[in-house]
Amino acid sequence: MIKEITILSGKGGTGKTSISAALASISSNAVFCDSDVDAADMHLLMHPEVQETHDFAGGRTAEIDPQACTGCGICMDHCRFDAISANPEGTYTIDPFQCEGCRLCERVCPEEAITSHLEMNNHWFVSRTRFGPLLHATMAAGEENSGKLVTEVRKKARDIARESGYGLIINDGPPGIGCPVIASITGTQGVLLVIEPTLSGYHDAGRVVDLVRSFEVPVWAVINKSDINETLANKIQGFLKKESIPLLATIPFDRRMVESMIHGETIMEYAPDSPPSQAIREIWGILND
Amino acid sequence: MKNQPFKIAIASGKGGTGKTTVAVNLHHFLAAEIPESIMLVDCDVEEPNDLLFYPDAEKTGQEEVTRLVPEIRTEACTFCRKCVDYCEFNALVVIPPVEFAEVNKELCHSCGACSVACEYGAIVEKPEPIGSIATYRSQEGAELMEGTLKVGSAMQTMLIRSLKKKARGKTSLLIFDSPPGTSCPVVATVSDADYVILVTEPTPFGLYDLQLTVSMIREVGKPFGVIVNKSGLGDDGVYRYLEEEHIELLGEIPFEQAYARKYAEGALLSDIPESVAGRYHELAGKILAQREAAGHKQGVRSGYPGNGSPKR
Repeated sequence: MIKEITILSGKGGTGKTSISAALASISSNAVFCDSDVDAADMHLLMHPEVQETHDFAGGRTAEIDPQACTGCGICMDHCRFDAISANPEGTYTIDPFQCEGCRLCERVCPEEAITSHLEMNNHWFVSRTRFGPLLHATMAAGEENSGKLVTEVRKKARDIARESGYGLIINDGPPGIGCPVIASITGTQGVLLVIEPTLSGYHDAGRVVDLVRSFEVPVWAVINKSDINETLANKIQGFLKKESIPLLATIPFDRRMVESMIHGETIMEYAPDSPPSQAIREIWGILND
Repeated sequence: MKNQPFKIAIASGKGGTGKTTVAVNLHHFLAAEIPESIMLVDCDVEEPNDLLFYPDAEKTGQEEVTRLVPEIRTEACTFCRKCVDYCEFNALVVIPPVEFAEVNKELCHSCGACSVACEYGAIVEKPEPIGSIATYRSQEGAELMEGTLKVGSAMQTMLIRSLKKKARGKTSLLIFDSPPGTSCPVVATVSDADYVILVTEPTPFGLYDLQLTVSMIREVGKPFGVIVNKSGLGDDGVYRYLEEEHIELLGEIPFEQAYARKYAEGALLSDIPESVAGRYHELAGKILAQREAAGHKQGVRSGYPGNGSPKR
């Protein structure tokens, strides 16, 4: 059976991508998936060679033809997203950044003055890397449907794993707890939480744990930059114990983590004997068990 | 005509670059410069953290935010499937031969199209909680507003819009602390801002995500400047990019392990190091100059003379 693990943190910048890429560099039987589709960084360490490019439809955006608009205002009354406003000229305009793409305005307009078009500026890629296949995506600015895009790349990752006999899929997840995070948890066999010992990191991890638990998916944790604040690191350890979440390793803050990123390498390649690399080997041993 | 507050949004593509740190400090240093009250609005509703830095803040109000979710009354339904045609999000399932009609709440965007479609009154919309909005005041008088998404809800963008609507008219200066990323929740946060501060870190991840964010902000068409946080920690890629793109560098905040420790503890606002305080003081001045340039002053907006008191 293929095992799929998603790496999450709640708070951004705790080290999800650096740790995902480091795990990638030890594995020899895994497919990787950058599920942080709106700020995807994994390619900066993995240097993918793109083999397939696919388009992905975002939401729709509606537009009013000012020539045809009679200024009745029916569209504005129906829009629940405050996307439509009146012009000084007595006609109406749609703010494309507020528009949800529901097309209700288009349907209620008696003059048929409103049309909408699909945004096709999102792409996802199947790539080859020195560690194995990578699935990644780019999204147009302010695009919706990031959850659907995550579902799409994950599906392709599973297809590749099945067809080519890979045993493991590692998803680098997005921050937060909203729709793309939900889409990166459903159907996985486990979530690895990367927590940093700050009040924010602790608070945010608690909310992710609540979310992951609602999907009945097993959770493991690592504490990254563990020596930034030992009091909080201890508090987090207490929390994990109470929640029966196994702590796989603690990774100390190490400037070489940043230096390796600047070199476009994972920490395992840049400083294989550093304390973070040793901790990541331990994590790998447990996850791959 | 109501007075519009001057609105600053603090964003970053990459998470963990220091949005919250900048937002909380800017709030603090601006408050020292101007007599009007300033409200910090935490728009990172998935993971709101601003309040952690005001341990003595008292809650002054709270309300639940709901969205409308349709239900199909099968006794009134004729299974005509017009609602299915109207729904852009594939949230409705209607199978006429077996007289089955159901709403998939997870896919529903609460747009109301199905109720407009239904000619038989078979669709009723019911409120469902998506989160809450609360206001707080610290001992020093700092005003805060925070949105908190209900765990499991995917309606973060809707909650951000409600939060901002609620904040409008509260004070003459609003600071929006944005969620990370570049997708819809971020656009919802910056869409009506008068000025955007982008916070980045001088690393390859920081640079790449900054480039994504800059193209988003340019598309939305907002004036913006960049703060480089944790300077001294990475390389010079970010600086070269800012120079090539003629983007204003608003300031640099040096990486200091001692200050990182204070952030960790939530003690950002006590014993701020001299070096850091100086940077924020300067930043506050730049922001006030932006406000001046935009014609906002003491709650007076140019074009509406005599309407000076920032009421409502």
